[in-house]
Amino acid sequence: MSMRDQIALAAALLLTACAANAADAPRFGQPITAADIAPWDISIPPDGTGLPPGSGTASQGEKVYAERGCGACHGEKGAGGMSGPLVGGGPLDAKDREPQKLIGNYWPYATTVFDFTRRAMPWQSPKTLTDSEVYALTAYILALNKIIGETDVMDAQTLPKVKMPNRDGFISKYPEKY
Amino acid sequence: MSTRKRRGGASPSLEPVAGNGLLDRRALLGSGIALAGAAGAGTGALLTSAAAEPLTNGPWSMAPGLPVPPYGTPSKYEAKVVRTLSNPKLEPRTSGARTPHHLLNGTITPSGLHFVVARGGLTDIDPDKHRLVIHGLVKQPMVYTMEALHRYPMVTRIHFVECGGNGAPMFSKEPIKANVQALQGLCSCSEWTGVPLATLLDEVGVDPKAKWFIAEGADLPTMNRSIPLAKAMDDAMIALYQNGEALNPVNGYPVRLLLPGYEGNMNVKWLRRIKLVESPTMAINETKQYTILRPDGKAWQFYFPQEVKSFITHPSPGLNMKGPGFYEISGIAFSGNGRIAKVEVSADGGKSWATAALQAPVLSKAFTRFRMPWQWDGREAILQSRATDEAGHVQPSREAFIAERGPPRSTPNVAAFPMEHCNVIVSWGIGTNGEVSHVYA
Repeated sequence: MSMRDQIALAAALLLTACAANAADAPRFGQPITAADIAPWDISIPPDGTGLPPGSGTASQGEKVYAERGCGACHGEKGAGGMSGPLVGGGPLDAKDREPQKLIGNYWPYATTVFDFTRRAMPWQSPKTLTDSEVYALTAYILALNKIIGETDVMDAQTLPKVKMPNRDGFISKYPEKY
Repeated sequence: MSTRKRRGGASPSLEPVAGNGLLDRRALLGSGIALAGAAGAGTGALLTSAAAEPLTNGPWSMAPGLPVPPYGTPSKYEAKVVRTLSNPKLEPRTSGARTPHHLLNGTITPSGLHFVVARGGLTDIDPDKHRLVIHGLVKQPMVYTMEALHRYPMVTRIHFVECGGNGAPMFSKEPIKANVQALQGLCSCSEWTGVPLATLLDEVGVDPKAKWFIAEGADLPTMNRSIPLAKAMDDAMIALYQNGEALNPVNGYPVRLLLPGYEGNMNVKWLRRIKLVESPTMAINETKQYTILRPDGKAWQFYFPQEVKSFITHPSPGLNMKGPGFYEISGIAFSGNGRIAKVEVSADGGKSWATAALQAPVLSKAFTRFRMPWQWDGREAILQSRATDEAGHVQPSREAFIAERGPPRSTPNVAAFPMEHCNVIVSWGIGTNGEVSHVYA
C-alpha cells in the first residue's frame, strides 16, 4: 500500500469513527400541525392572508362600539378620551404642533386595524370579539375616517383592498438592508 | 491649582485638560495618590468635621441582627432606589417603569430595577402551561415546552435593552426640568442567558423563501413585531435568565426574545410564537408606533438599532454639588451598533472636550461606564458627554439632531413620546449654589 493510500485509508477510518460518535443536534421540540397552531396564528399581513370568514358594516360596528364600551377610552364616535382618537389627524408635516399619528392620516394598512382590534381590544377583555364583530368595528372606524362608505361590507376579500390615505408615507430607514 | 508628584514615577498632570476644570482621565488610575493634590482647600475642613463626632459602636455592632432571609432585598436605607411608574393604578393604557440611573453605579441594572414598558400590566405566566411555537416558512413546525427549552445548550451575554422612545423628553421645545430617571430611564443592562434562536431555527428547518420572522408575546395585547431573519441568524437569543436568575415577570418570564442592540419593543417578552414569513406583517408597533415622522411628513420605518448614546449620571439633577473641590463625573454609554470606542466629556457646554476613562470590559451592545475627574471651582458649568461607537457613529448635538428631525413643536409632559430614537447629547447645568438641572446648550 502506498503512503498516499495509507493516508486515504486512515482518513476514511477516522471519518467513520466520527460518524459513529457524532452527537445528535439537540432536538427537543414536538411537531405541531397547522390546525393545532390556528388559534394562535392571528397575524394579518397587508395582503389579507389569514383573514377569517365573517363580515361587518359600519352600522353594525357602531352597535358593537356601544355594546362593548369602546367609547369609555376612545370617546364618542372615536373622538378620543383616555386613549387616542380613532378619527381625524391633520397634516403630518404640521409645523405649529406635534402631528398626530392616527388611523386616518397615518396608518398605512387597513389590515392592521383588524389585526390589532382582534388581538388587543377591548383592553379589559381582548380576544372575546367574534370575527364579524371585529370586521364591523374595523368598518365603523374606517367609515368614521371617510376611507370607506357607510354601507361598505368589510370581509376577507374587501378589507385588503382598502387603500389607506398614507399608504405611501413610509420609507425604510436602511433600504439597503430591509 | 497645585500638583504633586506620584511616588516612584511621573504623575499625570493635574492641570486641567479641558475647560472648567476637567482633569486628565489617567488621574483616576492606580493608587489615587495623584488626586491627593486636587483636594485643595477642602482637605482641612474635612479633617475638622471628622474629629467633631466621636466614633461609637452602633446597635448593629452590639447585638445579633435578624435571621438571614432566603431571598435578599436591598437595605431599608436604600428605599428610595426604586423605579418610577407612569401608570401605578393600571388604567387601560401602557405602563412604564423607569430605571433610577442616578442612584445606581457600574453597568448591570438590578433585575428589579430594569425598565419596563408593558401594555397589559404584569403578565403572570405559569411556565408549565406556557408554550413557544415556531412555524410558518419552516420544514417542520414545532412546539416547545419551557422544560424542553431549558435542555438546549445556552449562551450568556451582557446586553442593554433600550425602549425606542427612551430620551423622548429631550425632544421638547424647552428643556424639561426632570432627572435622568425621567429623561433616560427606559434603558437598562443585564446579563442574559438563553438559547440562540439559530439553534431552534436549525431544528425546524428554514425555508429559503423566509426573510422575516414575526415574534409574538402572550401578554394582554399579544404584542407582535416583524424582525429581519438575518438578526435571528446573527445574535438573537431566546432568553430564559436575567442576571443569573429566571427572567423577572415584568421583563418576560418565562421566556423572551433578546435582539441585542435593537429597539426594546422588538425584544418581545412572554414570547409564545415565532412565524417565519416572506415580508413584514405590518403590526401596529411597526406602522403606527416606532416609525419616525420626518419634517417632510414622510416616516422612517424599520429603524431597528438603537444608535450611540451616553448620559452623565453623577452628577445629575437631584445629586447636587457639595461645594467646590474634586468630583468624579461618571455616566453610561452604549450603542446598538457595537462597542463604545470613546466618550468625551465637556464642562463648558461643548466648547472644549476631554476624553473620559472607560471601565473595562467594554462590551458590544452593552452599557459602558465612563469616568472623568473634575475639579469644580464653584462657578457655573455645563456638563455634557459625547459617545462614539466602534462603527464611527458619534452622538449628535442638539443642533445636528434637530437639523435632521425638524424642530420640536411643543414642550409636552415628561412622560410623552414626541420623538423616538432620540440619542441627542444631554446637558446638565451646574449652578453656583451647586444645583444640577437639565438645560439645553
